[in-house]
Amino acid sequence: MDNLSNYLILSAVLFSIGTIGVLVRRNIIVMFMCIELMLNAVNLTFVALSRHLGNLDGQVFVFFIMTVAAAEAAVGLAMFIAFFNNRESIDADDASLMKW
Amino acid sequence: MEINVAQLFATINVATIMPEIILSIMAMVLLLVNVFVPSKQKTYLVWLSLLGIIGAGFSAASGWGQNISSFSGSVVLDNFAIFFKLIFLVSAGLAVLISDQYMERENCNQGELYPLILFATTGMMLMASGTDLMTVFLGLELMSISLYVLAGFNRANLKSNEAGLKYFLLGAFSTGFLLYGMALIYGVTGTTRIAAIASSVAQMNSPLTNTMLGAGMLLIMTGFAFKIAAAPFHMWTPDVYEGAPTPMAAFMSAGPKAAGFAAFLRMFLVAFPMLITQWVDILWVIAVLTMTIGNLTALRQDNIKRMLAYSSIAHAGYALVGFVAANATGTTGILFYMLSYAFMNIGAFAIIVLVGKQGEPNGSVQDFAGLGTKRPVLAAVMSLFLFSLAGMPPTAGFIGKFYLFSGALEQGYVWLAIIGVLNSAASVYYYLRVMVFMYMKPSEEEFGWVTIGAPISLALVVAAAGSLIPGIIPSYILQLAQQAVKLI
Repeated sequence: MDNLSNYLILSAVLFSIGTIGVLVRRNIIVMFMCIELMLNAVNLTFVALSRHLGNLDGQVFVFFIMTVAAAEAAVGLAMFIAFFNNRESIDADDASLMKW
Repeated sequence: MEINVAQLFATINVATIMPEIILSIMAMVLLLVNVFVPSKQKTYLVWLSLLGIIGAGFSAASGWGQNISSFSGSVVLDNFAIFFKLIFLVSAGLAVLISDQYMERENCNQGELYPLILFATTGMMLMASGTDLMTVFLGLELMSISLYVLAGFNRANLKSNEAGLKYFLLGAFSTGFLLYGMALIYGVTGTTRIAAIASSVAQMNSPLTNTMLGAGMLLIMTGFAFKIAAAPFHMWTPDVYEGAPTPMAAFMSAGPKAAGFAAFLRMFLVAFPMLITQWVDILWVIAVLTMTIGNLTALRQDNIKRMLAYSSIAHAGYALVGFVAANATGTTGILFYMLSYAFMNIGAFAIIVLVGKQGEPNGSVQDFAGLGTKRPVLAAVMSLFLFSLAGMPPTAGFIGKFYLFSGALEQGYVWLAIIGVLNSAASVYYYLRVMVFMYMKPSEEEFGWVTIGAPISLALVVAAAGSLIPGIIPSYILQLAQQAVKLI
């Protein structure tokens, strides 16, 4: 029994939720969580496809994505803290010094 | 499943990634040196990182013409990769040279800056070499994560902090799209090797109507368009360039843009030549949008860093014209243009570093008023960079644009070339405006007589030579670029 399409639909839905979340929410940490949701939707896609295709490339890719996401989170959270120290806010709308 | 480890190691050829190894070891050494040498002065770090950059450059250049592939075909050292590696090393070297004086003035001369620049450069080199979606992704992220930190490096400064934050959020967002595209491509073709993707697509019955393949390609295109700051994914650029420390804005405008083009070109010309009818039309629209939006918005900027940010968007558009042509002339043009752009744009930013005041209170074009009489040499060099950016002969910018647009004409994209030339003409206005301020307006306030340190003067000399000499005698670099594009 091949459930591939179920997994692909689920990950597409997760990815869309993540994308919409980044665009709609203004709290920087929630935005970042939505980005993580997008990355995990990608991970799910890779794993499902890897299982379906019967080769391991996709699962190896997932390891790399998880590692990179962890590094990204470390840098990102440090940056959020610096931003909070400067502005006492983590609202994306407060990042408004520069506008055209 | 048994794996013969000895056999596996026999397939690894370390020479393929020697430049990356040299640069990353140098970066780690710098991190340690920075901790153990208690010195307020960080100039020695500049020379050390320059040493690493030159070493990596020699190591890369020695592989010219060999075309070696290793790590089961996931990394390659061919002429294309080497040419781009040299572009990245040039921009890293110039960025390192102009950093010291700026960081000293802004009181944030932490030693971590130099290792971060080297790590970002390592990532770019991996992107240019990567022939597997995984290596491209890893290189891209190594570059991006280092750049997020570099953009927000002056973390007590509100603008720099904000620039880092915006770059981080939007960069991570775009990575999500890129990865989803890669996942879909993997699903359709069952492989992550770029060459294998190409042959798998070639065997398909109707690749043009495969929705998953098309969607994957579009998502990857979105991810790269973000990295090279092409419209409509350019929104981050002006804010990030304005807020980031000036030398880092210079670095970001030259190196990562070229890296984006390197991976973009390799991916689309090698993996998706079957779908060229699909992606060329989209790129045509993106190129026109990028050029026009970049130039028209640059016209009304007063902040000089913001102006150069919009101008860098426009320059990505010119390079995309060569991409749309997708022939030898166009791609040669991209390689040549990216190299000369690194020289002229970092040079212009170097002058901004020298003219700016501590904290960059306004950073507007007015700061340049009277420069022509007070510092004639600086003004003359700045004029050279601006002429080159505007694409006037006999500078490198002219030759680059000439090749890009003639590539488009060869393929019959007459309108694209016309729009490009018109845009180029419009851009002269805002470049010349700076020169009008330099030579025709009296300065409103007294110039501080900044001393020009040795590193930054070296950077200025190299940048000036790099934006003038290839314009007068372009044949040598053009030959190298032609050899480089032959292999992809």
